Amino acid sequence: MGTEASAAGVFSAAVRPVTLSVNGADRELRIAPWTTLLDGLREYLGLTGTKKGCDHGQCGACTVLVDGVRINSCLTLAVMHEGATIRTIEGIGAEGALHPLQQAFIDHDAFQCGYCTPGQICSATGLIAEGRARTPEEIRELMSGNLCRCGAYPNIVAAIEHAMRVAETAP
Amino acid sequence: MSMTYLGKAVSRVDGPAKVTGAARYAGEFPVPELTYGVVVSSTIARGKITRIDSAAALGVPGVVQVFTHENRPHTAYLNRSWRDEVAPPGAPFRPLYDAEIHFSAQPVALVVAEDFETARYAASLVRVEYEQGPHTTDLERERGTAYVPPKKRNGIAPPPDPRGNAVEALAAAPRKIARQYVSPFEHHNPMEPFATTVLWQDAGRLTVFDKTQGVQNVQSYITSVFGLKAANVQVISPFVGGAFGSGLRPQYQVFLAVMAATELERSVRVTLTRQQMFSFSYRPNTIQAISLGARPDGKLLALTHEAIGNTSQHEDYQETVVNWSGLLYGAENASFIYKLVKTDWASPADMRAPGATLGVFAIETAIDELAYELSLDPLALRLANYTERDENDGKPFTSKELRACYQQGAERFGWSKRNPAPRSMTEGRELIGWGMATGAWEALHMKAAARATLRAGPMLEVASATADIGTGTYTIMAQIAAETLGVPIEAVSVKLGDSSLPKSPIEGGSWTAASIGAAVQAACETVRGKLFKLARGLENSPLANADIEHVEFADGTIRLPGDPSRSVPIDRALAAAGTEALEAEETVGPGLISSRRFSRNTHSAVFAEVRVDEELGIARVTRVVNAVAAGRILNLKTGGSQVMGGVVMGIGMALHEETMPDHALGRFMNHNLAEYHIPVHADIPAAIEVIFVEEHDPEVSPLGVKGLGEIGIVGTAAAIGNAIYHATGKRVRDLPITIDKLL
Ligand code: FES
Ligand code: FES
Repeated sequence: MGTEASAAGVFSAAVRPVTLSVNGADRELRIAPWTTLLDGLREYLGLTGTKKGCDHGQCGACTVLVDGVRINSCLTLAVMHEGATIRTIEGIGAEGALHPLQQAFIDHDAFQCGYCTPGQICSATGLIAEGRARTPEEIRELMSGNLCRCGAYPNIVAAIEHAMRVAETAP
Repeated sequence: MSMTYLGKAVSRVDGPAKVTGAARYAGEFPVPELTYGVVVSSTIARGKITRIDSAAALGVPGVVQVFTHENRPHTAYLNRSWRDEVAPPGAPFRPLYDAEIHFSAQPVALVVAEDFETARYAASLVRVEYEQGPHTTDLERERGTAYVPPKKRNGIAPPPDPRGNAVEALAAAPRKIARQYVSPFEHHNPMEPFATTVLWQDAGRLTVFDKTQGVQNVQSYITSVFGLKAANVQVISPFVGGAFGSGLRPQYQVFLAVMAATELERSVRVTLTRQQMFSFSYRPNTIQAISLGARPDGKLLALTHEAIGNTSQHEDYQETVVNWSGLLYGAENASFIYKLVKTDWASPADMRAPGATLGVFAIETAIDELAYELSLDPLALRLANYTERDENDGKPFTSKELRACYQQGAERFGWSKRNPAPRSMTEGRELIGWGMATGAWEALHMKAAARATLRAGPMLEVASATADIGTGTYTIMAQIAAETLGVPIEAVSVKLGDSSLPKSPIEGGSWTAASIGAAVQAACETVRGKLFKLARGLENSPLANADIEHVEFADGTIRLPGDPSRSVPIDRALAAAGTEALEAEETVGPGLISSRRFSRNTHSAVFAEVRVDEELGIARVTRVVNAVAAGRILNLKTGGSQVMGGVVMGIGMALHEETMPDHALGRFMNHNLAEYHIPVHADIPAAIEVIFVEEHDPEVSPLGVKGLGEIGIVGTAAAIGNAIYHATGKRVRDLPITIDKLL
């Protein structure tokens, strides 16, 4: 998996060990306290499935689940999440063992370039857990923080609806 | 012949990699001992750097180097060396070349450090002093300086020749309109920012992971700019997080990353910020004027279409804007003008259906306006002026099923139930409007190569240096290969986005499916021929006196249809011949005679419904039907998505997208995704319906494919604008149609 790297620059004095629980495993990073959770995942843990589209909380590409809640990982610092349970796209499902939502995204062609996709899937996972969305309109409203420049929106909504139905009928 | 994969709704073969986060994009390749480069951008639009002070940045522990124009390495001298495959005429921008500032947010320094946080911080310490020059960024103010570009851009058709006498015909026409349309700057804003990771290896070998639509274009740019050997530069780009034309030309981050890597003899990654994504490549700001003269029954007598677009000071960026009206409508008297205005912005770049989105927006709005002027149904007016040949040059089309698009789209949408009067349809406090427009794009076939390798298993690999920017190239290559050799699609692996693979043009212009598709098919057919020879030559071969015309390749076998006993498994043929692999590389180009004899285009009819809340000025698109004639559709799923994505971007163009310049500063103000609005989930109706109209066209390309990447956006903005007029009675001629223009 990813290389556990350490910040080597000016802030080496400020660099501190941080332990994050990511996808069920404790991972130790040595980072400056101002490293965002997003950069921590991508650049220090090699978990590049979480994407950076804006670094400003404006696109949703960096969405991950922290204690089951969807957040923009570019808007928060890694050090703030010691002790929390972090789940990224790599922890949702893997090739050969896809999560139903991932399969639904493939079946509905809910992506093109795929860059917004991990964020959409993490966000949809959080959305389904929230249990707030009942209709396609509500899905659209509550997924509006996740931009897709390829314009796969109708297929994304269809995939989420499908996964919601499957989740409801599951025993 | 019945098909197993071609023409079916096949799921993306790269889907599992994309939904699991396993797909790696340019800025994500793991590289040992990587350094990070952060770009410092100019704060003025024009002038000179008088002093640049890197001392504070260099003093930060962990900073490796700060590159500026003062210490950059030697690069090529001639403009020619900087011109990439799709460069317009002129002198390409050279990053860190000298003290001159040509546009706001131009890169002026690259700070390289051991980690990203340090590089970002140190970049904030670089002090740059400027001598500011006067800048001109305002197209409207400068329109008097518009000129006809003296040198044509390669591959861009100049405006058509005039026909008849448009001035006289307009003056004499019983009914006429003359209108002006304006479109703003738009930025591509793919979700993935531009990024390059350069892996530096001993002996100066570079592996360049780049976000690009053309790995070989980037490779030749790097070798010619830095004087490197092609054998030492490999460019790799297996996944591209959207591009829409912004990745056709090498962007400055690849220059900076390669420069730093070769100078430092280290691996380097440079990723642009979203703000910096607004510092290059955009759809130009345009002003268009259209005059139409017609008989009361709708027959067009005269048409003039003039467009002015902005370009940079250093290049004459050109696109095909005005030709579309001449292509679509057969007015006997017509004239066309296309001019540029120099501005102190970076050069514009091709953005999804470049030129056509703008020109078709103007003509299709004007036709709607004329329909109201004549009290005719907008669709009927179009049909009254329908052309069976390309009116610009008199050539026949390889095929044109636009009439069927109109008919099927209208039927599906329910156009016949439309009350033509503006403001006639309401529900609650919302006004409902129905509008329609035509779309057209080119159906090009470019010369391209592909390789096919068949091994026991059977396992089939097909490879070409093309790209998949979300368009579905991986999938259609796999489909064509599986179909041609009769193996399951799971047995096919596809390689692309690597400069060492067989030659491919940049991925653009909607030509990839037709061009790479033809090359893949040809390579697989050659392998098929070789394989058949092996199978027939086996001892006691059940196919001994069979002819390749009469066998089928299916289920991993070669067999006689209807006689299952006469079949040879691929593996057996390979094994018996002691052949480990059968391989073929083929290059296929367009038929030159056919190119000269025919016009080749895709067409569409777009129907849109909007709902406008007049009190709030909010316009929502609630329904779109887009009927497309694009020859053979290779994959209904990915093809449908292509058109749908185009429609979504067209909705953005109609209602949201606009990069706003501050002309006092010569700078874009809304250079972020919160203020540069692109459609979000809530803006997009579930009901975007794509109809593929049947169009049989063996002439246009070997597979009969025309391409789908651009056609979906063309016409969409006009259909929405026309629907808004129908809803409100307000005609908005400058995009986007925002609240302030509707209140
Ligand atoms: S990268 Fe975090 S919201 Fe865009
Ligand atoms: S799939 Fe490309 S941005 Fe959503």
